[in-house]
Amino acid sequence: MTMTTTNDMIAASPVRRRFGGGDLIGLGIILLVALIGYFLFPNNLALLTRIIAVALLVLSLDLVTGYCGVATLGHAALFGAGAYAAGIASAHYGINDPLAMLAFGIVAGAAAGLVCGVVILRAHGLPQLVLSIALIHLFHEFANKASSWTGGSDGLSGIAPTALLGLYEFDLWGRTAYVFGVALLAIVFVLLRLIVRSPFGMLCRGIKEDPIRIRSMGASPKIALTKMYVISGAVAGVGGALNAITTQVVGLDSLSFTMSAESLVMLVLGGTGSLFGALTGTVVFMFFEDVVSAANPFHWLTMVGALLIAVVLFAPRGIYGTVASFVTRRREAK
Amino acid sequence: MQTVLSIAIDALAYGMVLFVISIGLSVTMGLMRVVNLAHGAFAMIGGYIASYAARDLGLAYGFAILLAIFGTIAIAVPIERLLYRRIYGAPELTQVLMTIGITFCIIGIANYVFGPTLKTVPLPSELQGSVDLGFRAIATHRIFAILCGLAVAAGLWYAIEKTAFGVKLRASVDNAAMAAALGVRTEIVYAVSFAVAVGLAAFGGVVGAELLPVEPYYALRYMVTFLVVVSVGGAGSIPGALIACLLLGAIDTTGRYLMPEFGEFFFYLAVIAIICIYPRGLAGRAKG
Repeated sequence: MTMTTTNDMIAASPVRRRFGGGDLIGLGIILLVALIGYFLFPNNLALLTRIIAVALLVLSLDLVTGYCGVATLGHAALFGAGAYAAGIASAHYGINDPLAMLAFGIVAGAAAGLVCGVVILRAHGLPQLVLSIALIHLFHEFANKASSWTGGSDGLSGIAPTALLGLYEFDLWGRTAYVFGVALLAIVFVLLRLIVRSPFGMLCRGIKEDPIRIRSMGASPKIALTKMYVISGAVAGVGGALNAITTQVVGLDSLSFTMSAESLVMLVLGGTGSLFGALTGTVVFMFFEDVVSAANPFHWLTMVGALLIAVVLFAPRGIYGTVASFVTRRREAK
Repeated sequence: MQTVLSIAIDALAYGMVLFVISIGLSVTMGLMRVVNLAHGAFAMIGGYIASYAARDLGLAYGFAILLAIFGTIAIAVPIERLLYRRIYGAPELTQVLMTIGITFCIIGIANYVFGPTLKTVPLPSELQGSVDLGFRAIATHRIFAILCGLAVAAGLWYAIEKTAFGVKLRASVDNAAMAAALGVRTEIVYAVSFAVAVGLAAFGGVVGAELLPVEPYYALRYMVTFLVVVSVGGAGSIPGALIACLLLGAIDTTGRYLMPEFGEFFFYLAVIAIICIYPRGLAGRAKG
């Protein structure tokens, strides 16, 4: 995996601060875009909230694929685990407080991350990929068959979250849901920024570059990657829980291979190995999907395929990576 | 006893069809180190061409098969020239993305051209009935599929082990740079093996159309199965792929017969278990 982005350059520069000015600007941009979205599409907040939920999944995929170099086509398993845990907590156990449901989602996502991590990290290369695909199918089949718990192919309904913090009801316009989503995304973004800059994050990046060297330095690549997988699971769990709380239904598609493949497409479109890349890719892809599939759902798959081929051929570092390296080059030229 | 026998026959036929389709994938993966997720898509194209030739043009089954094989190769070779060439030696993630992109495109186009319905390849009357073995009757088509699988395995074994081309192929698999330095035109070896692999995929797609029905999502649905065969068998190994196909065919068919509710579940569980125990495949070499 040689997809380096400017993030590596930033990391290599002698900046010691864990959370620098650039991150504050990044956070500001996220909140600004969220605000613009709120005013531009007041009738389409459900789509924006969905984008945030998927963005959390893509961020979580970026942690293992972009930062650790693990190629996986089964990452929706973690997202779906979070979504079903939050949904089941509400529909079967009457735990309707959104924050409690969120906690369930995080724990289930982290647990699924641990299981997937332990299994997927046993192999490398093609077998690793096959393991990830087999896992997502296994999760999908399991959810399909355990229909008394999950509703099977009809989807899990009967999720009824109460007011957020006891104050803000989830309204018909999706305003509360949207603000909740933006807040979660901002918190997760800050936390992930701290994690990927921490010595642990550096260790993971080192493992991606050269696992043998890391082992000879005395660190265990496997334990570090498993930890990262658990963190990634927790992030995906947040996304899944957010989706379950705001749409109040969980479908089998949240555990599907297509979802996993699409999240990988979004990540690569934006650029691997950088949190902004993951966010950019998700926003661009989801808007594109919304526009194209509304116009002609028949050609959607062909378009995604062509888009993928084009990205691999012409912009292997993704949108964000290409733009960022262009900006750096301009700056160096001056 | 009857059940055991019919499971065995079905498992054998299914395993052989899997073998015919995925052996090409295994060889190209061992040779070119390309994770080719689009292999199933080529089998699907073969199935569509045969279905079109036999049903709409009324050609004989044998002609339909030939047309499918050469038609698919004619479609695949330009794709190899234009797209695959650029990802040889690229990181795995790049290869996965490129080939999954190709798969999505082919699915979309197939859906557009042939529609979302299931396509059948009508069998000639000789293959329709069943053969009485004295103690039991077996569908002729199953026997045909098994024989095709055996013929492909024997033919490939001969081509790889006994011919001059096979020597060049094995040399390129072991060390492409050294083989090139010794005067082997590796790009020709690559192109020929890719064409053969695609042709075999198309052949398997037609012969197996009874077992793996041809529809637009074929490429995605069975992609996993073909990849599983290669990673369980070990890339580039014919005996490994044969064992893997028979084993997976047996697990899948037995699961479907005995526990139709949980068939897929056990299949994937078995796959995970096998790969966890043999991360390099049943017959994989240390440096796969």
